[in-house]
Amino acid sequence: MTSLEAAKKVKAKFGELISELPEFRGEVSVRLADAEKIVDVCRYAKNDLDFNYLVDITSIDNYGDDPRWTLVYLLRGLNHGCELRINTSVSEEKSKLPSVVSIWSTANWHEREVYDMMGIHFRDHPDMRRILMWDGYPYFPLRKDFPLAGKETELPGIAFTQVTPMMGGPFVTVAGGNSAMAREPRIRIPDTDAIETMGRLERRKEIQEAHGHPKGPGPIERK
Amino acid sequence: MPTVQDINYKDTVARTAQAEESISEFQDERMILNMGPSHPATHGVLRIMLELDGEVITKADPEIGYLHRGDEKIAENMTYTQFIPYTDRLDYLAPLANNVAYALAVEKLLGIHDKLPPRCQYIRVMCTELARISSHLLGLGAFAMDVGAVTVFLLTFTEREKIYNLAEAVCGARFTTSYTRVGGLTRDIPHTWLDQCQKFCDEFIPALNEFGTLLTRNRIWVDRVRDLAVISKQDAVDYGLSGPNLRGSGIEWDLRKKQPYLCYKDLEFDVPIGSVGDCYDRYLVRMEEMRQSVRILEQCIKKIPGGAENKEKEPVNYDDGKILLPPKENVMTKMEELIHQFMLVTEGMNCPPGEVYFGHENPKGELGFYIVSKGGGVPYRLKIRAPSFVNLSIIPKLFQGNMISDTVAILGSLDFVMGECDR
Repeated sequence: MTSLEAAKKVKAKFGELISELPEFRGEVSVRLADAEKIVDVCRYAKNDLDFNYLVDITSIDNYGDDPRWTLVYLLRGLNHGCELRINTSVSEEKSKLPSVVSIWSTANWHEREVYDMMGIHFRDHPDMRRILMWDGYPYFPLRKDFPLAGKETELPGIAFTQVTPMMGGPFVTVAGGNSAMAREPRIRIPDTDAIETMGRLERRKEIQEAHGHPKGPGPIERK
Repeated sequence: MPTVQDINYKDTVARTAQAEESISEFQDERMILNMGPSHPATHGVLRIMLELDGEVITKADPEIGYLHRGDEKIAENMTYTQFIPYTDRLDYLAPLANNVAYALAVEKLLGIHDKLPPRCQYIRVMCTELARISSHLLGLGAFAMDVGAVTVFLLTFTEREKIYNLAEAVCGARFTTSYTRVGGLTRDIPHTWLDQCQKFCDEFIPALNEFGTLLTRNRIWVDRVRDLAVISKQDAVDYGLSGPNLRGSGIEWDLRKKQPYLCYKDLEFDVPIGSVGDCYDRYLVRMEEMRQSVRILEQCIKKIPGGAENKEKEPVNYDDGKILLPPKENVMTKMEELIHQFMLVTEGMNCPPGEVYFGHENPKGELGFYIVSKGGGVPYRLKIRAPSFVNLSIIPKLFQGNMISDTVAILGSLDFVMGECDR
């Protein structure tokens, strides 16, 4: 059996529901008109055509088109080595289709990922939770209307919520400042008295004035 | 002032009855134990919620996503070439293999994956096999260390260091290689590289034998891993396992043999399979795969077109100015090359509209890229089928009924990497 013959058999079994898509780079795919029938088609492909291995489930967001979601099931038979792709569409209002976990256990996590990333529900799924994002995360990041930079959530940002432990210390460069000289930690005076006794205050002022910073970044209070 | 107290001993039968009564409320009590995300045996940031009855696991619930960086979203917002460095960070123990897998997927979309120059194919195969050895070595070392054999870890890292040196010689980076380009490679191999590879192969086989003597017939090792977490053939297929985990369960499926790509058709190698499907079999499969990889490497060193110095100037890049950047001297002197360079850098290569899936036999299993193109230089959707993600989905079934001390051995035998799992 070749992949093309398998597609023909699926077409013969389900008739109108299945339409063959043009072959591209030697990959055979069929389109299923009604997503509700996905379980029947997959069960037939597994039991009668020996497609025992589900490689992947992918979701595509056709933002601006109707139906919005395309689901892609990639099937493989390890015994005959053929591959078959089944595409099906789901509208945005519905955003729901039956789960194929009862046919291949591996679909469990794939479907959870589709739900997590795109927000498409799977009916009769044993464990429909988010998988990569955390529970309670309010958005679906792979949707085309979700910005690349992300959106604010209730959780605080993890990075940069506190100053670094050495901040303001004598050997730590200060962020900002107009020139590298002004940021240079050795020019700054964390402890003015100590420097004065060393007789360097004048020198520091000279440098600061020479670089156009009458005040300079100044000493920073240490915590 | 001391007092004397009478101590009343109840009779033994009553005591036993009372003791039983006192623990009766714990009879059905289950304990929830949190393992990870920072746990040395979870090889990264896997977190597993374990429900325990005494020492026996009654339920396991893996929580993943701690390393999720949104690679698929990022891919939709940049050209095909710009995404290559991100593939280094998928399975970061075998970046060279990821580079090859991604390049082949885009080349399939362009329709040039079977027209690559032979020298390029051989170099890519060598890179992939080096990455396989490197990945298996770390998997083996970490597996052994988790079970208690620390020596193996130190020895395997000595060998991995040599592979890093080879990667550095070929592309300048030890870790984040980004060595491939769509349609070719960043550069040809240096003249001495084949000799270095041969030297590595010569030294590696005795080292591998040494690892074997430390483990294969080691009584403690065998007791710990044999008959543990058996995955039946049926389960392995049902859960979509791939790579050594699938072959460890006795299923002969290797994409290099079943859907040959690059020059694997011209190379001789065997596909080892397990007979039982336990942790010990998965270990043996990986050991044998490393031997086969060395075999492939040695054939490549002999057969590579152009040889070490490439005096015949065999090309390493597909000859199409609209896919690969032209040589710099031509950009500076010729009009057409200048235009190509400008278009490639600003808009990327013009890919035809269509959908392709390419599965690559990565060290951890089948790394697949599913690319939906609507034309132009940016993918409309790029799905990464990560082997570790799929391989981990069997954990709830595999852990149930095992002892808590076996979890580390089972995780080690599955050999996953979270960078790829969470993407």
